[in-house]
Amino acid sequence: MSERIDTKKVTTAVDGEVAAPEGVDGTRRSILKGAAAVAGVAGAQAITGFPLIWSQEIKNIELRHVGVSYSVVKAIGDQASKDLGFKVTMQNLDTSASINRFVTQPNTVDIADVEGWQAKLATKRGVLQGIERKKIKEFENILPIFTKGELSGKVVSRQGISPYEAMYISKPDATELHEGVTDWCTFLPQVYNADSIGYRPDLIKKPITEWKELINPEYKGKAAILDVPAIGIMDAALCFESAGEIKYGNKGNMTKSEIDFTINRLIELKKAGHFRATWTTFDQSVQLMAAGEVIIQSMWSPAVAAVRVKGIPCVYAPVNIKNGKEGYRGWCNGMALMKHLSGKKLDAAYEYLNWYLSGWQGGFVARYGYYSPVPSTAKKFLSANEWDYWYEGKPAKEAILDPYGVAMEKAGAKRDGGSFVERVTNISCWNTLMDEAQYMNKRWNDFKVA
Amino acid sequence: MSSSADISRPKPARGNIASWFYVSPLVLVLVPFFVVPILVVLVASFLENDAYGGIVANFTLANYASVFTSALTWKLYLSTIKFAVMTWVLSLGIGFWIAYFLVFHVRNQLLAIGLFLLCTVPFWTSNIIRMISWIPLLGKNGLVNSALMATGVIDQPLEFLLFSDFAVVVAYAHQLTIFMIVPIFNAMSRIDKRTLEAARDAGASRLDIMRHIVVPLSRNGIALGSIFVLSIVMGDFFVVKVMSGGGSASVVSALFEDIAVLQYPPAAAAAVVLLLVVVVMIALILRTVDVRKELAR
Repeated sequence: MSERIDTKKVTTAVDGEVAAPEGVDGTRRSILKGAAAVAGVAGAQAITGFPLIWSQEIKNIELRHVGVSYSVVKAIGDQASKDLGFKVTMQNLDTSASINRFVTQPNTVDIADVEGWQAKLATKRGVLQGIERKKIKEFENILPIFTKGELSGKVVSRQGISPYEAMYISKPDATELHEGVTDWCTFLPQVYNADSIGYRPDLIKKPITEWKELINPEYKGKAAILDVPAIGIMDAALCFESAGEIKYGNKGNMTKSEIDFTINRLIELKKAGHFRATWTTFDQSVQLMAAGEVIIQSMWSPAVAAVRVKGIPCVYAPVNIKNGKEGYRGWCNGMALMKHLSGKKLDAAYEYLNWYLSGWQGGFVARYGYYSPVPSTAKKFLSANEWDYWYEGKPAKEAILDPYGVAMEKAGAKRDGGSFVERVTNISCWNTLMDEAQYMNKRWNDFKVA
Repeated sequence: MSSSADISRPKPARGNIASWFYVSPLVLVLVPFFVVPILVVLVASFLENDAYGGIVANFTLANYASVFTSALTWKLYLSTIKFAVMTWVLSLGIGFWIAYFLVFHVRNQLLAIGLFLLCTVPFWTSNIIRMISWIPLLGKNGLVNSALMATGVIDQPLEFLLFSDFAVVVAYAHQLTIFMIVPIFNAMSRIDKRTLEAARDAGASRLDIMRHIVVPLSRNGIALGSIFVLSIVMGDFFVVKVMSGGGSASVVSALFEDIAVLQYPPAAAAAVVLLLVVVVMIALILRTVDVRKELAR
């Protein structure tokens, strides 16, 4: 075990050194190639570095990483397989299908990709095993968002279920969460972001910085909202709070009367013809915006980018917290180990978790606007221009390409919402599962059928 | 069944074994894949649940109580039945006339069968693709609106075309009319054409022929088609979700939301109630016709 980890450490260090000069060199393509080549070398070394028996045995190991499409990405699994020498299979399901599968068929999954609230739920159901913190090499470098619940000295919002809140348990088989860092984690964060509103700047002439614009009567019949009840209701809550109609105790865990207020207002808006549609998948939101069906809607960052790649202007509204209102809705996906993992397969799973935080994946997801819990490793896989654009919020010095090499921003473009620190510290609530979830779902259906 | 019993009357035991043997493939499929799951759902619907997706083995009627006392249930059924009836009327109207045309107006039987097969061509693609393809057609900047605006018929795009009840019914009719055409075509093909000629010779008008001969003799086909269409619409949620732009809900979409947060017992209760409603609907339809006779003919 220890021998293997040491070997990996050496190769990781090599990665960093080789990647940096490559990054200076210029065009994106060569950087991508460089990164791939370096990763390839790292992979080869990693394999040859193992004792012979190990490398023979791991060949037959297959890890099934299951979760939503924006978090569990085939290209990342392919790269991991290449670097690690065993097979990683990525399987995509939507949010509800995945949590159902984790809970009802836990043995068909090895690595569950869960959000904070799903980690809490799966922990309660006892389908996970704790992740031993000591085995996570980069744990010390994980941002304090996840270890202290703060960033740059600012407390990160605890409305909803923050990843920090859902991340720790006191012992490996605990079913209750623990406040603060322990030796055992429920899940290991891998990707997160701050969501807000997308709009068409060619059709809405003023800059939008407040959620209440989503319910502005001016955009009647041209607005859309997310139709995943647990998330959609928080977007709606941000709107009504922004408009000064109500002050929520905790948007991520509403009381029945807060739910009633929110849904009743949504029904009023729907009856007045305010919403052109609601959307449930990434693609739907892109289509709605690109086809001109809506000009403003709650949206996800890569969806905004996808609209822009089609040559249609679209802005991701910066909704910084002001006067105790506004703010982004944060989400975070992480990897959890299913209870049935043991022996070599469990070792391989830890290898995989460590690979995830070693930077390649962080660089990959950065290119569509998502963040890594260990930006210090992701940085090694990004060019200086990319790092400045995605993390620092500085204007791009040259064209910005997406993870697959397609140009998405011209030189001079600036990321909507600014730097990483500015966006994340302005998160006002996290994706959640409310105590009143059943009641809320019922009321959400009232909205749907109204 | 009855004939085999007759033959083996001297040795009833072997007859029984033979009949059991005949039905065994069906039993082997239906019991594990239909009866057992339904029983599981039925049992789950009487159990309690906790807030974290757990099922607690305590008997309760609360799930049913909340289904029956909630105004939401009635709204959902109203909405779903509205879609079912509208789709039924459209698919029956279109399906009946297509079948009528194929059977009575196309003289060449080969051509009739060819045209009939043509009706099935859309089914060579997935029904999701068939549904999605309506979206670029009906959208604000879609083909229909662009054409109407270009010809000056309208100056504002018609918004009711997409993300509306209209769009839902269009997609259902497109998907389900074939389920009407097939059984009605089948029933009409069996009508002896000389009956129609005789009626005409006896002075019956077209309307009389339709009313007194064609419709009654196609009744079984209509009933079978209706069962298909109504039960599919009652059990669907995807078309409603996509084509209404999330603006409508159905019974199944609502219980799906329960499953999304692992509230299995309430979802199970809703599913059992829906099952009973659909069974009652089908029983009512079957009262009007003798399907067994239709199939045995």
